[in-house]
Amino acid sequence: MNSAAIQEQSATLATNAAKLAEEVEKLAQDASQLIDVQTAAATMDFLSLFTIFVLACFVGFYVVWSVTPALHSPLMAVTNAISSVIIVGGLLAAGPADMDFSKVMGFCAVTLASVNIFGGFIVTQRMLGMFKKKK
Amino acid sequence: MSAQLTGFAYLASSVLFIMALKGLSSPETARQGNRYGIIGMVIAIGTTLADPSVVSFELIIAGLVIGGAAGTIIAKKIEMTALPQLVAAFHSLVGLAAVFVGIGAFYNPEAYGIGTFGAINTGSIIELSLGLAIGAITFSGSIIAFAKLQGLMSGNPITFKFQHMLNAIIAACIVMLVITLVGGQTEGVFWSLAILSFAIGFLIIVPIGGADMPVVVSMLNSYSGWAAAGIGFTLSNPALIITGALVGSSGAILSYIMCKGMNRSIVNVLLGGFGGDTAAAGGASADTGDKNAKAGAAADAAFLMQNASKVIIVPGYGMAVAQAQHALREMCDILKAEGVEVAYAIHPVAGRMPGHMNVLLAEANVPYDEVFELEEINHEFATADVAYVIGANDTTNPVAKTDPSSPIAGMPILDVEKAGTVLFVKRSLSPGYAGVDNPLFYSDNTLMLYGDAKKMTEEIVQALG
Repeated sequence: MNSAAIQEQSATLATNAAKLAEEVEKLAQDASQLIDVQTAAATMDFLSLFTIFVLACFVGFYVVWSVTPALHSPLMAVTNAISSVIIVGGLLAAGPADMDFSKVMGFCAVTLASVNIFGGFIVTQRMLGMFKKKK
Repeated sequence: MSAQLTGFAYLASSVLFIMALKGLSSPETARQGNRYGIIGMVIAIGTTLADPSVVSFELIIAGLVIGGAAGTIIAKKIEMTALPQLVAAFHSLVGLAAVFVGIGAFYNPEAYGIGTFGAINTGSIIELSLGLAIGAITFSGSIIAFAKLQGLMSGNPITFKFQHMLNAIIAACIVMLVITLVGGQTEGVFWSLAILSFAIGFLIIVPIGGADMPVVVSMLNSYSGWAAAGIGFTLSNPALIITGALVGSSGAILSYIMCKGMNRSIVNVLLGGFGGDTAAAGGASADTGDKNAKAGAAADAAFLMQNASKVIIVPGYGMAVAQAQHALREMCDILKAEGVEVAYAIHPVAGRMPGHMNVLLAEANVPYDEVFELEEINHEFATADVAYVIGANDTTNPVAKTDPSSPIAGMPILDVEKAGTVLFVKRSLSPGYAGVDNPLFYSDNTLMLYGDAKKMTEEIVQALG
C-alpha cells in the first residue's frame, strides 16, 4: 500500500466522517424539534387542558358579571370577535403545502372567521365611540 | 418558534382577551379594552402563522383579505337598530367556521398532530365531534334567529305535533353517532353527525317567538364559545379553550339575565311557543268596553313636562322601530334647558338584544350617565312628576305584580304608575307582545298619546319650542 492510496483513503474517510457529523447534527435537530412537540403535547394532556377550561369558565363568570348592563351589546359583539380565535384551527388546516380537501376547508374557515374578527371589533369600536358623558 | 415561546404567546393573547372583557366594566375603560382584544387576536394569528407546519400562505392571505374586507364593510355600514341580526349572523359564521375546522381536522389530522385519517386518537375524535356538533347547531340556529330578527321569516313560533319528541330523538341520535365515531371513524357517520346537528339547531329555534330572540341570541353567543372551546381541545390549544370558556360563560350569563328580566326559565323559553303576533290576539281585546282611556294631544304633554321638575323616560323597542331616539333626545335637551331633571329608565329586556336600548340612546347622543337600569331608578318614579313611556308596554304592566295567573306574572317591571302622570306614546290600546291588557292605560293619572312614536315626539318638541 503506497502513501498515495492511504492519503486517498483517509480523505474519503474524512469526507464520510463530515457527512456523518452533518447527519448526526440533522438528527439532533429533528430530535429536539420532536421533543419540543412532545413537551407541548405532554404538558397539554387532557387533564391540564380541562383544568385550564374550568378555571377559565370561572374567570369568565366573574369578569362578565362585572360588565355594566349598559355595555351588554358591545360585550356580545366583542365576545363574538374573540371567539373567532377559532381562525387558529383554520390557519393550521390551510397551512400545509399540499392542496387537498382539508386545505379548502381551512380556507373557508379562515375567510368566515376573518369576517367576524374585523366585523366584530369594528362594530364594537363604533358602539363604544357613541357612549359619551354629560357635557 | 420554540414550543415554549408559542405557549407564552398564546397565554399573552388569552390574558389580553380577558382584559378586553374586563374593560367593559365601565364606558371609560371599554375602548382601551377593545384595543387589548385586537392586540390579542393579532398575537394569536401571528403565533399560528409562525408554526412550522404552516408553509403555504396564498390561501390564508386570500381568506384574510376577503373576509376582512367583507367584515369591515358590514360593520361600518350596519344600522344600530339592525345590531341584533348582525350579531346573530356573526354567530352563525363562528359556528360554520368551527364546522369547517372540524371537517379539515377529520380529513387531515396530521396537520393538527392528532393521528392519521381514520385513526384519530380517541380523545381527539370525541372533542372534534363535539366541536363540530356544537358549531353546526350554532350555525343553523343563528340563521333562523337572523331570519326572524331581519323579518325574513315570521316572528311567530312555529310549532307542530311531536316537536319535542322529534328533537329528543335527534339529540339521542347525535349522542349515538359520537359513540359510533369513536368505534370506527367512517366518513358516513361523520357526515351524518354534521347533518343531524344542523337539523337540530334549526328545529330548536323555530318554535321560539320573535320577542324571545334576546335570549336566543345570548344563548347562541354562548354556544359559539363552547364550539371554539371544543375545537381548542382538539388542537390542544389553551388560547382557544380559554377564549371559548370566556365567551361561553358570557353568553350563559346574558341568557340568565334576560330570562330573569322576563321571570321565565331558560327551559320555558327553549320549549318555545310563547308570544309572537298571534298570542296578542287571544284574550287580548277583552272587555275594554266599560273602561275609558284618556287621550291627550302633544300640547298637553308638552305643558305637563314643561311644568314638571322631574321627568323619567321609559323607552322600549317601539321607540327603536319608529327611529324616535333622535327626536326624543331633542325633546329632553329642551326640557333640560328649562331646568327639568331628565333620566332614562331601561328595562333589562327592552330592545331585541341585551343592552340594545343603551346603544340606540348613545347613538342619539344621550349621555350614558343619564341612563339607568331598572334597579337603579325604580324607586325614583315615586318622586317623578311625569313618566314618558315611549314604545314600551309589558315592561310597565302592573299586572305582573298583582295577577299571579298572568303570563307575565313575577316579571320585574318599571313602576311608572307611581309617577304623578304617566304619558303613553302608543299607536293604539292593543296589548304588547305577551298579549296582556295593560290596566295602566285606563288609570286616572294616565294620558294616552296616540300616534307614531317619532311623530308624536316631534310634535311635542314643536309645542315646547
